[in-house]
Amino acid sequence: MTAMQIIFLITAAVMLGSAFMVVTTKNLVHAALWLIVTLFGAAVLFATLNAGFIAVIQVVVYIGAIAILFIFAVMLTRRTMSETGAGLNPNWWLSAAIAVILFGGLAWLLRGWDGFSKAAPALPSGFDSVGALAQALVSPEAYVLPFEVASVLLLAALVGAVYIAFQKKGEE
Amino acid sequence: MDFWSNPVQAAGVWLTGVFAGWGMNADAAGILTAFIGILALISVVMVLDIFLVWTERKIVARFQDRLGPNRVGPFGLIQPFADIIKLIIKENIYPIGVDKVVFNLAPVLMMMSVLLLWAVLPLAPVLFGVDLNVGVLYLIGVGSLGTLSIIMAGWSSNNKFALLGSFRQVAVMISYEIPMVVALLIPTVLSGKMGVNEIVQAQEVWYIVLAPLAFLLFLISATAELGRAPFDLTEAESELIAGHHIEYSGMKFGLFYAAELLHTFTFGGLIAAFFFGGWRGPWVEQVPMLGLLWFFIKATIGYWIFGWIKYTMPRIRIDKMLDLNWKFLVPFSFVLLMFIALMNELLRDTSFYAIGMFLSNILFGWVTLEILRRRARGEREKLEGAKHNDHVVTTSVVHSD
Amino acid sequence: MIPLSWYLVLSAALFSIGLFGVLARRNAVAILLGIELMLNAVNINLVSFWRYNDPTRMDGQVFAVIVFAVAAAEVAVGLALIISVYRRRNTVAADEIDLMKW
Repeated sequence: MTAMQIIFLITAAVMLGSAFMVVTTKNLVHAALWLIVTLFGAAVLFATLNAGFIAVIQVVVYIGAIAILFIFAVMLTRRTMSETGAGLNPNWWLSAAIAVILFGGLAWLLRGWDGFSKAAPALPSGFDSVGALAQALVSPEAYVLPFEVASVLLLAALVGAVYIAFQKKGEE
Repeated sequence: MDFWSNPVQAAGVWLTGVFAGWGMNADAAGILTAFIGILALISVVMVLDIFLVWTERKIVARFQDRLGPNRVGPFGLIQPFADIIKLIIKENIYPIGVDKVVFNLAPVLMMMSVLLLWAVLPLAPVLFGVDLNVGVLYLIGVGSLGTLSIIMAGWSSNNKFALLGSFRQVAVMISYEIPMVVALLIPTVLSGKMGVNEIVQAQEVWYIVLAPLAFLLFLISATAELGRAPFDLTEAESELIAGHHIEYSGMKFGLFYAAELLHTFTFGGLIAAFFFGGWRGPWVEQVPMLGLLWFFIKATIGYWIFGWIKYTMPRIRIDKMLDLNWKFLVPFSFVLLMFIALMNELLRDTSFYAIGMFLSNILFGWVTLEILRRRARGEREKLEGAKHNDHVVTTSVVHSD
Repeated sequence: MIPLSWYLVLSAALFSIGLFGVLARRNAVAILLGIELMLNAVNINLVSFWRYNDPTRMDGQVFAVIVFAVAAAEVAVGLALIISVYRRRNTVAADEIDLMKW
């Protein structure tokens, strides 16, 4: 067992445990905090995959913005400070069955693929993945158009979210 | 390698050799040495934090024309230890309805987010935690962990004023992250690299000369990020008692306080690294560890600048804080980034690079001030025009707000 | 040496847990939390395929960056909708917001 494998197994165990807590705990603020643990585990995984930029972006965007949005939304949509209510649907056993079948199906399908147990190819020496990503995002032969469309999407989401949640002064 | 030119790394290699000699495999020995290095760095930083309490009290005292603590030990140097003992022996109060796990975790997370920043600061040419090539982005990401701990503290206290204070503080912090990111992007553009050590190495001319407006922008947004005056509405005792740490007593409050002081010093270190040349100074090529001394001198000057602003300026109201950010700083920062990138491209290979950049920054600042002046004059005339009309037309008092 | 299968199985498991969260939770914000788990699983998949197939081609990382942007936009608008619904109906339980059912 190399050190990387141990790190991966610990991170994976923490991620799966906290993801399970996200979907089962009744206290929603705790669920948001467990989600933060899961997102952090995902950032660690990105770092082990030599995608350093994606790891840091994961922390900045998901943990620094989306998780805080979730916590704010949870706090703003409760009637009392400690209300929780029933957590799961009456039909939760059906959802659990569907989730287990999906996981089993995915694992079984992937096992038949011959690239399943591939080892990682070595990175070329001196490879600057951040610079290459920057080139790919702004060069016209690569992905500048999706990049610009994504920024328009973010603008639309910004305006839309402000408009939907806006409350004029004096309105109830 | 030679011990004197690179003492810390030589010590690390020696330690790894010792562990491998005891029979550990090379991987584990390396990881253990790294852990010991982390422990050493954190210990030094925390001891520094203790003396920051003393420094803070002396600075505030001198600004207020008094002496500060001078009874406990020579020059009052033992005062922080007395403070620590007092905080430790205080009772740990848990209010009713408090969510214990989150309540206890919040100050720990706050201190953790500050200590994580020290991993990428280059203390000397050979002394840094990790040479991350996305160091600037890492700084932003870790700052957002501090935001999280404030929400956790405010919510778990089961206290409406704590919640309100923490909401306001988080709103200010996430709003001011945008001009701070752009202000950190300007040294990135000037040097072409995102790693903090590489930015320090690229500073042949200090970036405060090449981009003084970026320094001012970073100063303003960093003051808001730190929650320090004049942006500290949440700690205003007469308004919200103590913001998100109302219900904290004893050493937990001590952790919040120490984390805030250390955060300020760390941002002083960031100012030193990004704008004042980091570990650069005389004789650093011959004795690399001397860079540590220069870095700490510059970081202390940065810390003193933050204290200077805090103890001189009055507090700003929360809606004016957010107005300042969204209506002035965000557009200003984007236009400044484009302008500096343009001037950098135009002037980079000429002989008057430094003076040209400095003068173009002054010009940009003057144009901004002119625009602001005209808008303020227009608004004042509109206001006074309305008042004048009211005086003429009717005698009742009409508020125009 | 971590084989690719480990990453793929982890992301499949995360996806299934997120799916369970979406299907089985009552609170609308909790459903969005499940969606976030699914998006993260997809991101892990994309980046691990980038690393294990051909790390010199940046397609996997670009996809991951676009997924980040889309997830952020979706969470912002979704939470704004939930807050707006809460203001009208004073509830966020998904089975109580059924005004348009026949």
